[in-house]
Amino acid sequence: MRLRDELRLLVRISRTAGIARRYFVTNGFDGALTMLGLLVGLRVAGPVDLSTALQACLGAAVALMMSGLSSAYVSESAERRRELRDLEQAMVTDLTGSAHARAAVIIPWLVATVNGMAPFLISLTILTPLWLAQLNGALATHALDLSIGVAFVIMALLGVFLGRVSGTWWIWSVARTLAVGAITVALILLLEL
Amino acid sequence: MAHIKRLVLDVLKPHHPNVVAFARMIADLDPSYHVDITVQTVDEKTESVVIDLTGRGLDPEAVSATIESLGGSVHSVDQVEAEGAADKPTGPDNI
Repeated sequence: MRLRDELRLLVRISRTAGIARRYFVTNGFDGALTMLGLLVGLRVAGPVDLSTALQACLGAAVALMMSGLSSAYVSESAERRRELRDLEQAMVTDLTGSAHARAAVIIPWLVATVNGMAPFLISLTILTPLWLAQLNGALATHALDLSIGVAFVIMALLGVFLGRVSGTWWIWSVARTLAVGAITVALILLLEL
Repeated sequence: MAHIKRLVLDVLKPHHPNVVAFARMIADLDPSYHVDITVQTVDEKTESVVIDLTGRGLDPEAVSATIESLGGSVHSVDQVEAEGAADKPTGPDNI
């Protein structure tokens, strides 16, 4: 069996697609919001060195990735082991070597990868203007503003995705994700006063 | 050597993969395999099914291995039909 078919089978029998989608959205949104918070904080703090801002944001992105990887792996592997044990009891048989046993090992890694990579990749996308500015020697404030804009665009896209998944009006879910971003910015600005 | 042309198996399986995927995986073993699965009882985590398998030169071991790899357990072989190989194309070595 090809690797792709095997993975598809394991995802199907473990009903992982929905869980992975949920992890992608929740932790991806986490990443976008964390970057937004950092960028707004840096923006209102006054003139900031571009390389310092980039390093701080990258540090947070790596921490989010590691947090996502480790937390999802620990919780998912415990959950999958319990499910396998329950199934073995119901089947009154040892499922070693079955697709279910393989899923109990592989699926936690898959879910952990989604959970860890979603905030990391989203953070890297948000930081792209900062990178480009560093390469071109552009102004830090402009790059920060652009990155904040990218963060809002990504949150809107996550809203569109959520709307499609739930089958509801996508504008409503976009409005909700953007509202969360706006409230976050407002709270940060309020604290800075 | 005689070859098996029909097998009826009583199998206990988890709900996932469902019977459609289960049937596909068994049928994929050989293009001549025809798989008929009937669900007998459904419990909280498992279901009992009867797999009626026909084909040229069925390979009971490969079928059983596929069922087990999908988390199923063969409880009994309820019916077997075999055919002498004389004047007939020989299937894969089995039984």
